[in-house]
Amino acid sequence: MRELLPLSLLGGILGLDVVCFPQMMISRPLVGATVAGAFVGDTITGLLVGVTLELIALATLPFGASRYPEWGSAAVVGGAIAAALRTQAAGSITVGVLATLATAWVGGWTLVKLRQWNAWLAGRKRGALEAGARGAVVGLQLGGLTSDLLRAMALTALAYGLLFPVSNAAVHLWTFSQPLSRAVTVGAASAVAAAAAWTIFHSARGARWYFAGGLVIGLLILAFR
Amino acid sequence: MTAAARSYPAPDPTPRVSALTWLSVFVRTLAIQGSWNYETLLGNGVGFALEPVLRQLPGGIHTDAFKSAMARESAYFNAHPYLASVAVGALARAELSGVPPERIERFRTAICGPLGSVGDRLVWAGWLPLSSLVALVAFGLGAQPLAVVLTFILMYNVGHFGLRIWGLYVGWTRGLAVASALGNPVLRNGPAYIARAAAAVAGIAIPLAAARVVGSDGLLLDGALASAALIAVGLVRVHGRVEGWKLVLVLIAVFALVSVIR
Repeated sequence: MRELLPLSLLGGILGLDVVCFPQMMISRPLVGATVAGAFVGDTITGLLVGVTLELIALATLPFGASRYPEWGSAAVVGGAIAAALRTQAAGSITVGVLATLATAWVGGWTLVKLRQWNAWLAGRKRGALEAGARGAVVGLQLGGLTSDLLRAMALTALAYGLLFPVSNAAVHLWTFSQPLSRAVTVGAASAVAAAAAWTIFHSARGARWYFAGGLVIGLLILAFR
Repeated sequence: MTAAARSYPAPDPTPRVSALTWLSVFVRTLAIQGSWNYETLLGNGVGFALEPVLRQLPGGIHTDAFKSAMARESAYFNAHPYLASVAVGALARAELSGVPPERIERFRTAICGPLGSVGDRLVWAGWLPLSSLVALVAFGLGAQPLAVVLTFILMYNVGHFGLRIWGLYVGWTRGLAVASALGNPVLRNGPAYIARAAAAVAGIAIPLAAARVVGSDGLLLDGALASAALIAVGLVRVHGRVEGWKLVLVLIAVFALVSVIR
């Protein structure tokens, strides 16, 4: 558990990126899980978890006030768990994806709470904000940023601390083979990606034919290599 | 002319702002959602981003003009976070030019909807998934982890930072007449082109990415892709009633449980 503090820092930074700063999308699971995997010593395992999650994340777009999974901190937790359990390869990817999804769900809830917390802070400063007090505006912004960083750090530390022992026990009792485990996990993720592609793009004229054309190209590449 | 308008100086068509101030404004726009909440949404972030510019109002930060502008600019505002920079640039120009407050407030109200809907279609439902899918294709074709991650980050952020910088520039140069810039062909037609490109790339990316994760077992890959197609059809048919990621969570949790206890 020596990695807990640095991982929580990484989770804090990536969690902050989801909404508050700088929204460069380094919080996407493709990035977060890969970096976390590299951090723990197995970049490839982190990448495999990240790719699987990225397929799922295509369905969750961060529109305005909607509630969505918080992928930044969660991807760090899942990528790090999978990479740390790489010696038990059969279930490590599946367990990493599962840990990320569970953390992302809770993370989405913490984002809602953060927004309520920010509203409470703004309410307390309402008089000063309406008077145009520079300190109140800057203070509220910095307070929100700091709260989000601390939220994401705490979430990462708590989720990793709780889920790593459970995941460790699970992969040691794992009975399915590695190829089957990966096929089931990425198959489920691919279903979400395909449904998301349809949902997001079908309103563009001809998009279904572009998708079908792409699919043919993808399958041909697979067939001929 | 109203009393409120009379208290402001005559409009100056070319206010000057230093490069350092613009840098400060730009960095602050990156944190425009820093105190996002359900009451003022990103209103406080707009005031925070504009604060370095507002310091240049005659008399500086201790005047009524500065405080009125800060209060006005920190009130409720909603937009896509990247395209909010269009409003920030326009509002900076308006405040330094002494545009009457009621005109500024009308502009703030009117610009929210367009900046939100254009940004959502262009970025969240367009550029983000496209960048993500291109990186997944790179992965599926065998790219190394660093290349996959950099493909995504670089591609996405060319669009991201480009949009923010363009927004500030066009907002500043056009002021409150910036709404016409939202008719830019990239903003108007871009989402449809990006959607088509993303649909094609999605078709390529999904089987390739799945194949590399599964490995060399062709039978398992075929089964995974066939199952994925069936589940995807089901998800599309129940659209809105079942969230895909939650369904995956349940499916994988059941699979893991069976693997552990059998």
